[in-house]
Amino acid sequence: MAAPTRAETFPLGIGAGPGALSTVTRQLPLDEPPALAPNAQLQVIGKPTPRQNGRAKVTGALHYTVDLKLPGLLVGRILRSTVPHGRIRSVDVSAAQKLPGVRVALVLAHAGDESATVRYVGAPVAAVAAVSMAVAEEALRLIRVDVQPLPFVADLDQAMLANAPPVFDGGSAPQGSASGFPAAHGLPLAGNLRGPAAESRGDVGSGFAQAEVSVQAEYRTQVQTHCCLEPHVSIADWRPDGLTVYQSTQFTAGVRQELAAAFDLPLARVRVVVDGMGGGFGSKSQLGNYGRIAVLLSRQAVAPVRVALDRHEEQIDAGNRPGTWQQLRIGARRDGTLTAISLHSRGTAGVALGAGVGNNAQTMYPCPNFEGAQFDVFTNAGPGCAMRGPGNTPGAWGLEQAIDELAGKLAMDPLVLRDRIDASPVRREERRLGAERIGWARRRAWSAAAPGGGPVKRGIGMAQSIWGANVQTNSACEVRLHRDGTVEVLSSVQDIGTGIGTVLAQVVAEVFGLRTQDIHVRIGDTEFPAGPPSYGSRTTASITPPARTAAWRVLQGLLALAAPALQVRAEDLSALGGRIVVRGQPGRGLAFREAAALLATDRISEVASRADDYAGFRRRMGSDAALALQDLGGVQFAEVAVDTETGIIRVERIVAVHDCGRPLNPKLIESQVQGGVLMGLSYALFEERILDRHTGRMVNANLEQYKLVGPREVPAVEVIVLENYQGHSATDAYGIAEPANIATAPAIANAVCNAIGVRLRSLPMTPAAVLAALRGAPAGSSLS
Amino acid sequence: MSHEFSRRSFLRGTAVSGMGVTGIASAVAAAPVPGADGSAVRGPSAVPLTLTVNGAARPLQVEPRTTLAEALRGPMDLTGTKIACDRGACSACTVWLDGMTVCACMMLAIEVGSRQVTTIEGLARGDTLHPVQAAFIEHDAMQCGFCTPGMVMSCAALLVHTPHPGADEVKAAISGHVCRCGTYPHVVEATLAASKDKD
Repeated sequence: MAAPTRAETFPLGIGAGPGALSTVTRQLPLDEPPALAPNAQLQVIGKPTPRQNGRAKVTGALHYTVDLKLPGLLVGRILRSTVPHGRIRSVDVSAAQKLPGVRVALVLAHAGDESATVRYVGAPVAAVAAVSMAVAEEALRLIRVDVQPLPFVADLDQAMLANAPPVFDGGSAPQGSASGFPAAHGLPLAGNLRGPAAESRGDVGSGFAQAEVSVQAEYRTQVQTHCCLEPHVSIADWRPDGLTVYQSTQFTAGVRQELAAAFDLPLARVRVVVDGMGGGFGSKSQLGNYGRIAVLLSRQAVAPVRVALDRHEEQIDAGNRPGTWQQLRIGARRDGTLTAISLHSRGTAGVALGAGVGNNAQTMYPCPNFEGAQFDVFTNAGPGCAMRGPGNTPGAWGLEQAIDELAGKLAMDPLVLRDRIDASPVRREERRLGAERIGWARRRAWSAAAPGGGPVKRGIGMAQSIWGANVQTNSACEVRLHRDGTVEVLSSVQDIGTGIGTVLAQVVAEVFGLRTQDIHVRIGDTEFPAGPPSYGSRTTASITPPARTAAWRVLQGLLALAAPALQVRAEDLSALGGRIVVRGQPGRGLAFREAAALLATDRISEVASRADDYAGFRRRMGSDAALALQDLGGVQFAEVAVDTETGIIRVERIVAVHDCGRPLNPKLIESQVQGGVLMGLSYALFEERILDRHTGRMVNANLEQYKLVGPREVPAVEVIVLENYQGHSATDAYGIAEPANIATAPAIANAVCNAIGVRLRSLPMTPAAVLAALRGAPAGSSLS
Repeated sequence: MSHEFSRRSFLRGTAVSGMGVTGIASAVAAAPVPGADGSAVRGPSAVPLTLTVNGAARPLQVEPRTTLAEALRGPMDLTGTKIACDRGACSACTVWLDGMTVCACMMLAIEVGSRQVTTIEGLARGDTLHPVQAAFIEHDAMQCGFCTPGMVMSCAALLVHTPHPGADEVKAAISGHVCRCGTYPHVVEATLAASKDKD
């Protein structure tokens, strides 16, 4: 039986100006709040409110997991494999065990079972817990490991050769998942090649036969590491009455589930806590081997144990963005109409899965004929994992350049071509706004690219992103009103730097007619209702609707109490400006605190969970998540100066135009978009994990030789955020983090090509690569 | 890790710590013994010293190999100073020594001597934030916030020596700082705003 619903009329459309919006009527459950007006009519939502924990961050008062001190806390350290592939014959921890100050010495790789095979440099072999870091490190030096080295392969191309040493036998290889992320399950494994993950529609053969123009090219991306400033760290406190884990994590509730399953504990006896969280970018989404090891050590030591990775460990065993090779072929009519797209990719996430190149090629530009085949290639290298826009970031590197290459062949402006082949009204508007801001008209057309004029060449380019609007349906939030007028918001959702706590306060303040600073936000603790993960750009979309819903339900309770006191009906009351007032008679009402004082008990509270999007979802993603109807689109423009004598690319300006539904806090959104752009710029020009193929070791496993963008390379980054109202949820807000990162590198590459007339198809675009391209050397050489 | 060992091995106490007792903490200070050049050798066990931190004398016992960053974060519980690379490559641990910025991970606590240490906890005047701190909040010059204390210390030091910097001078002052969240544009914006507010 369908639940009873009521009709609500929502603002609909893109834009903020008068006349920009129309309306849409949706049916929603009776216990969902009324439609929210456009931002221009709101008091708190949509304002650039400073983040609530800003003061704690700038004074050093905020406690990150690495800062925590528990009574009797022990230091855990991990002994790691020094060989890229080997079979452990024995691990002798007896000497370490005897060292004064060592509480536990634990063997992790047991001779004779599957754990005895180490498959990358850095794989955990043993661990210790001791009274200090110095003792723990001394203990690691006393552990004797006898390992039989095995043949290995640490290079994507070599791993695909027929005689390449297999990284896994069939049974030991990772299996993928039903959700398809990071890779589908059940795909065939041949040697080190797993796949393909295949997708097709129409008939590419006839599509290419219909094509009047086609392009085909190969693109490569390097391995990028996350480089979170706070290391991966877990403090486990195993006690008879339950387990508490303090972990720098993007998903407290998920880590709790993993812990309960791994250690056979009831969920009610596992607590995961994080306050300050120093960056994750995808790599702190799971419990991780370090988290599991911290718990093992704590259980045995009967004391809290901290396992924190050092910077070297961060680089070799904390995840990375897989390196990829992709071949794209696109066919089109002379007018630009696409007739066929084919995509073949091979990528390596080392010993893990998930090195695909996303869904850009199959979904960005509608094309009747498509075929895609994506392979994972195993190598003896540290496991990759999700990193800001996994799949689609390397995917955009290929597709957005290929579209520009097609535009070149068609002698069309790349924007004109995209206007023709891109069906998204959001991206059309974003292209218009971005082109206007960057001054696209100044861009030199191909035919006008005149030689001469000095060694520094300037160019403008653009590229687009596509990313699913993810929603964690398993998301809940509690709102409490205390008798003294205090309002609390509680959820296990964590603030990884996005400012979600501040955004929750804004959403709840709007409901109660209060100010953001009046709302007490308590998050990052699984003792509170389970919130969403902070990955997949889904936090805001998942947790702000239930926050508003819970607050609205609490307010209904308060208005019911205030109504008799004011001798009106509850539906005639509203909360505004710190007061409960009679609608249309602003002078008649109660201060919010006076109204709260009417509570019969010390507090009232409501827990709300994420309702389905009002117009439904495109599809469910397992039991806990779903994909909203709309995609998150973004368009970025880059202006570059390329020194043809030194090969140095200087990015001078980026214009980033993005959509995240209803923007809740434009200041925080601007910060995130700038961050995505700079991570993309860093990916484009500087970063590369260099793995020595002869030893399997990362040779730049630090922060000085692993090159990151620094302040001097930062261009002007101008951010334009659309207001896009769809009437899909109680806040109509969606994510921004990943789309902001996806289009940057190809936008820069397209600008470089515009500047120097030569295309770079491999990342990173180093000065040497630029000079080689200018000399006409073959592209595509990479250490990856 | 081995790089740490070699970095610290220039200690005058190297010869002593090579005797096989490295790493065993002791609350008892070793008596100074003469070194090869006749100067007193201290360690490897914990030694007493007094640091002046945020205006207060702080007596403590640390092993000579303890970096200033470790001493601040450990026995002094001033965890606002962050360690992210532990080898001077990211500047997260920036503090002031007599008003000049240093990476606290690249200096031993026993090297500090009588110099005044200022950490992020000592920058505000009571409840009144330093103008750079206030501007960082106003301009959202932070995301995860882990690099923020070091970034604030460098920007605040810049304004002492260059009260009216241009954007390039701010960028120069924070070059060497790593911010993976990419807050550099807002950091520059905030610092320029703070320099104007001071007028």
